Amino acid sequence: MFKSSVFSDKNTSVFKYVDWFTIGLYIVLVLAGMVSIYAASYDFDHANMLSFSEFSGKQFRWIGLSLMLGLVILLIDVRVYENYAYIIYVSLLFLLLVTIFVAPDIKGSHSWLVLGPVSLQPAEFGKFATALCLAKLFSGYNFVLNASKKNYMKALMIIFLPIILILAQNETGSALVYMSLFFVLYREGMSGLILLAALCAVLFFVVEVKFTDTLLLGIPMGQAVVFMLIMLLIVAMLSIYCKQFEATRNVLLWFVGTGIIVGALSLLGVPVPGTAYFVGAIAVAIIYCLLLLLKTRARHLLITIGAAVASLIFVFSVDIVFTSVLQPHQQQRIRVALGIEEDLRGAGYNVNQSKIAIGSGGFMGKGFLNGTQTKLKYVPEQHTDFIFCTIGEEEGFVGSAAVLLLFLILILRVISLAERQPTVFGRVYAYCVASYFIFHLCINIGMVIGLCPVIGIPLPFFSYGGSSLWGFTFLLFILLRIDASRREHSF
Amino acid sequence: MIGGFIIVITLIYLFRLFTLQVADSKYKEYADSNAFLRKAVYPSRGIIYDRDGRLVVYNQPAYDVMVIPRDVKDFDTLDFCRAVNLTPDELRKRFADMRDKRRNPGYSSYSPQRLLTHLKAEEYGRLQEKLYRFPGFYIQKRILREYNYKAAANVLGNVREVAQKDIDKDDYYKPGDYIGDIGVEHTYESYLRGVKGAEVLMRDALGRIQGRYEEGALDRDAVAGKNIKLSLNIELQQYAESLMVNKKGAVVAIEPETGEILCLVSSPTYDPSLLVGRESGAKDNNMMAALDKPLFNRAIQATYPPGSTFKPTQGLILLEEGIITTGTLFPCSHGFISGGLRVGCHGHGSPLPLKPALQTSCNAYFCWGFKAMIDKKSKYGSAAKAFDIWKHHMISMGYGYKLGIDLPGEYRGFLPNVEFYNKRYGDGHWSANTVISIAIGQGEILATPLQIANLAATIGNRGHYITPHVVKEIQDTVVPAEYLERHTPTIASGWYNEIAEGMRMAVTGGTCRLANLPDIEVCGKTGTAQNPHGKDHSAFMGFAPYHNPKIAIAVYVENAGFGATFGVPIGSLVMEKYLKGSIAPERKYIEERMLASNTIQFAGTKKH
Repeated sequence: MFKSSVFSDKNTSVFKYVDWFTIGLYIVLVLAGMVSIYAASYDFDHANMLSFSEFSGKQFRWIGLSLMLGLVILLIDVRVYENYAYIIYVSLLFLLLVTIFVAPDIKGSHSWLVLGPVSLQPAEFGKFATALCLAKLFSGYNFVLNASKKNYMKALMIIFLPIILILAQNETGSALVYMSLFFVLYREGMSGLILLAALCAVLFFVVEVKFTDTLLLGIPMGQAVVFMLIMLLIVAMLSIYCKQFEATRNVLLWFVGTGIIVGALSLLGVPVPGTAYFVGAIAVAIIYCLLLLLKTRARHLLITIGAAVASLIFVFSVDIVFTSVLQPHQQQRIRVALGIEEDLRGAGYNVNQSKIAIGSGGFMGKGFLNGTQTKLKYVPEQHTDFIFCTIGEEEGFVGSAAVLLLFLILILRVISLAERQPTVFGRVYAYCVASYFIFHLCINIGMVIGLCPVIGIPLPFFSYGGSSLWGFTFLLFILLRIDASRREHSF
Repeated sequence: MIGGFIIVITLIYLFRLFTLQVADSKYKEYADSNAFLRKAVYPSRGIIYDRDGRLVVYNQPAYDVMVIPRDVKDFDTLDFCRAVNLTPDELRKRFADMRDKRRNPGYSSYSPQRLLTHLKAEEYGRLQEKLYRFPGFYIQKRILREYNYKAAANVLGNVREVAQKDIDKDDYYKPGDYIGDIGVEHTYESYLRGVKGAEVLMRDALGRIQGRYEEGALDRDAVAGKNIKLSLNIELQQYAESLMVNKKGAVVAIEPETGEILCLVSSPTYDPSLLVGRESGAKDNNMMAALDKPLFNRAIQATYPPGSTFKPTQGLILLEEGIITTGTLFPCSHGFISGGLRVGCHGHGSPLPLKPALQTSCNAYFCWGFKAMIDKKSKYGSAAKAFDIWKHHMISMGYGYKLGIDLPGEYRGFLPNVEFYNKRYGDGHWSANTVISIAIGQGEILATPLQIANLAATIGNRGHYITPHVVKEIQDTVVPAEYLERHTPTIASGWYNEIAEGMRMAVTGGTCRLANLPDIEVCGKTGTAQNPHGKDHSAFMGFAPYHNPKIAIAVYVENAGFGATFGVPIGSLVMEKYLKGSIAPERKYIEERMLASNTIQFAGTKKH
C-alpha cells in the first residue's frame, strides 16, 4: 500500500473518530442545496437535474469533487495544517493580490480567477487559510491575547490583510465576512464590551436611520426605539455585567413605570415631548448609578454609566450628522446602500421581490417547481445570493424553517466541537469556522427576508458556485480532521 | 455566549419568516398580481362633436408590437426591420430599453412587453403577413385619435401615453395606458376615457397561460367613454383660425346668454393630428422649442395690457360710484394734462360726456374720471380706500382672477392692489396721478383675451355673465353646475345700457367703423395696447346684435398696431360669419386683406 509522509498512517482511526454527525449534516445541506438550485434555475425547455448544461448539473459536479476533496482532507496528516498554516496563509494572500490585477472585470469586481473553463474566487479560499493562520498564532507557546498590545496587533493584522486585499477587488461583501473573526477574539479573551459597543453602534445607527417616517411621542420612531434600546442596555448591563440586582430592579421599575404613564398620557391625547422624556428618564437612571458608584466604587458601574452616556451622544450625533451635515442625496445614497430606502426600481427591487416570493409561499409552500415568483424570474440572482427565496416560496414556512434550523444545529455542533478540542489550535480554528457560518447565515437570510442590508454574500452549501462550496468544504473538513485526532493529544 | 447569540438570531428570523409567510397575506396578494396575467381590455374613448353635432374627434385603430422575450427564437432581423421601418440599430436600442429595469420596471422575459407603439396601417399590414416567421411577437390593437378638422388643437388637446407621475397620481393608470393631455381631453378625461376592462388569465410557474381564471368570473368588460358635445362651432373656429394665420394673438367668442364659447383661437396654432402617433414625442419637443410657442394657449394664458378695451369697465365704475353722470363733461386738450403729467389723446371735440368719450376712445376723459374717484377724499378718505373699492368692482367683473374655464392652464391676469403700490411708492405716497395709466388699461393691468371677451358678454347681457366654458353636453350626464350659474358684478344693471350705447356709437361713427355690418347692430370698442416688448397690440372687444346679443368677442393681434387695423376687421368678420353664415360681398375685400396679411414678419423688427 502506498504511503506518503503527508498522509496519516492512522487512516482507520480517522474514520473511526471523525464526527459522522457533522458529515451527515453536510451531505443533507449540500443535496438540499443542489435541489434548490435546480428549482431556482428550472427551465421548462430542458429540464434535467443532472445535465451539465444546467446550474444544478454543474453544481452536482462541484458536489462530487467536494466529497473527494473532503476525503483527501481527512486523509492528510493533521500536523500538515498546523505546520504549514503560515505558508498557506501567505500563498493565499499572494493569490488574492495577484487576482486584483489579472481578474477580468465582472460587474465592477475583480475577484474571479479564470482558469480555462473554471472560474475560482480566491476570497472563498482565503477563509480557511486565515482561520488556520489565526489558530496557529494563538497556539504559539504562552500566547495570551490580552498579554500585550503586540499580540492584538498580530491578530488584527492577520484578519485585516485579506480584508484589504478583497476590498481592493471590490468585493465588499466577502471582505466583511472576515470581520466575523472578532467573535474568535472575544472567545480568546477580548473584552465583550468591544463586541457589545460595535453591535450597539451598528444597531443604533441602522434603527435610527431606518425608521424616520413615523413619529412616536413627537420624535422619529427610530430615535424613540433607540432610546428604548439604550434603556434596555442599561438594565441588561446592570444585571448581567454589574450583577447589581437591586439596582436593576429599581431602574427597571423606573423605566417601565414612567413608560406606562407616558404611554397612557399619549393615548389619552396629551402631548408628551419624546426627547425630553427619554433623556430625562435615562439621566435619572444615570444619576442613580452615579450615587450607587459613590457608595460601592464598583468599576463595572462606571463602565455602565459610560456606555449610557456614550450611547446618548451617539444618538444625537447620528441625528445631527445625518440630517444637517449630509445633503439629501447623500442621505438617500446611504439609505439605499443599507437597503433601507424602498427604491423599488433600483436596489430595493430585489429585496421587495424576494419578500413577495417568500411571503407568497405560505405555511406549506407552493410545491416543488411550482413557485411562480421564482420561476417567472421576478427575483434576481435567485440561484446565487437569493436562493433562499426559492425554498421560501416552494417549501413554505416549513421548508425555510427547516433549513434555518439545520444551519443552527450545524453551528451549535461546530461550537461544541470547538469546546471539546484539547489544543488551542483546534479550538481557535473551530471558532473561526463557526463565526464564518454565523455571519453568512445572518447576513444572507437576513437580507432575503428584508432584515439586513443587501450585502452580496452566498448562503453556504445552497448558493450556486463551486468556489463557495469548496471554500466551506475546506473549512469544515479541516475542522473534522483536527477533531478526529483530538485523542492523539489526550493519550 | 456565541451559541446564545446565534440561537437568538435564529429565533428572530423564524419569527420574521412566520409573519411574512403565515401571518401576513399582503405578500400573497402581491404574488397573485405577479402570477395572474391581467390583460387590459381598452375601451373606446369618447367622441367629440361641435355644438351643431359635427364630428370633430374620433378614434382610429393603432397597433403596438408586443413581445414575450422568452419565446423569441432567432429571427431574420433585417426582414423584421424592413416591415416596421426601423434600422437594425434602432431595433436593438428598443430591445435594450425594454430590458432596462429602470425604464421598464415590470420587465420579465416571460410576460408580454411593449416593443413598438403606433404602427402605421401599412406597417401593420406588412408585419401581420410575416408574423408567423417571428415567434414571440404579436400585435395588440390600440386606439388613437383622429381629427376631422385641422382646427381647435388648443381646445381639444391630445392624448398621450401615461408618464410615471400620472401613474403615481391615479392608480387607474398602468404603464402603456393613454391619458388626455391639455385641452378638453385633459379636463374631461374621466368622462372620455371610459373604464378599462380586464381579462384575468392564469399563468403557471413556467409563465404559460393556463386559461381564464375561474372561467372569466373576474373578467370585466370595458365601458366605452362618454361622448362630448363642445360649445364650439368648429367651422367658425376654423374660419377665425384662418383669419389669424401669420399673426400672433387670440380670438375668443362667447354666446353671452349661456357663457358657451363659440370659438377660442390661439395663433399660431398647429394641426392636432401632429401629436398623434409614433413620432409625436419628437414633434411635441419640436413644438415646445418652436419660437412661436404654438402650445401656449394665448386665449387663456397670454396676459396683455387691455388698453382701451378697459374703458367700458371704467365708465361702469364711475357711474356706479356716482363720480360721473351720463352728462358729466371732461375736457380733452389732445390729452390729459395734470401736474406735469401728460397722457396723449387724438383730435376730437372737447369737452365731452361719457358716450362720445367711448365713441372716440378719449384717454383724457377716463383719466379725469379715474382721478376724480381716487382723489375724492371727501367720499373715500384716502386714495388707498378709493382704490380698494375700484379694485373690488374690477374683480366682480372677472378681472384679476381665473374665470374658471374648463380648460387647463388658465392664467389670472393681474390687478395691482394697495399693498403693491404702497410697496412701490411708499405708504400714502401715491395718488391718482401716480397710477393714472391703469385708467386706460395700461400700466400694471394685465388681462387674458378670455377675460375681455367675458366683459363683452357681461355688457351684452346688461349686467351678468356665466363662466365661459367649451363643453355644451356630456353624454348621460350634465355639465358641471358652475357653468350654469349667473355671476352678477357689483354694478347696477341700469348703467350697462349707457356703455352699450357708447360702444354702438363707436361702431357707427367712431373707432370701430369697419365693424359696422349692414343689417346687424354691432357694438364695439377698440384697443391699442402699448407694451414694453415691441409694437402695440391691436385689440377689439364687442358684441352683436345690440339687443339680445348672440355673440360677444375679443380679438388680440400682437404687434399689429391700432385696434382698428386688425382687431376690428377680424372681430367683425367672425361676428358676421357667425350671425349671417357668410361675408357680404362688399366686405369681401376686408376678409381678403386679413387672410393675406402677415404681422409676424414685423414683430421682430422693433428692439425690445
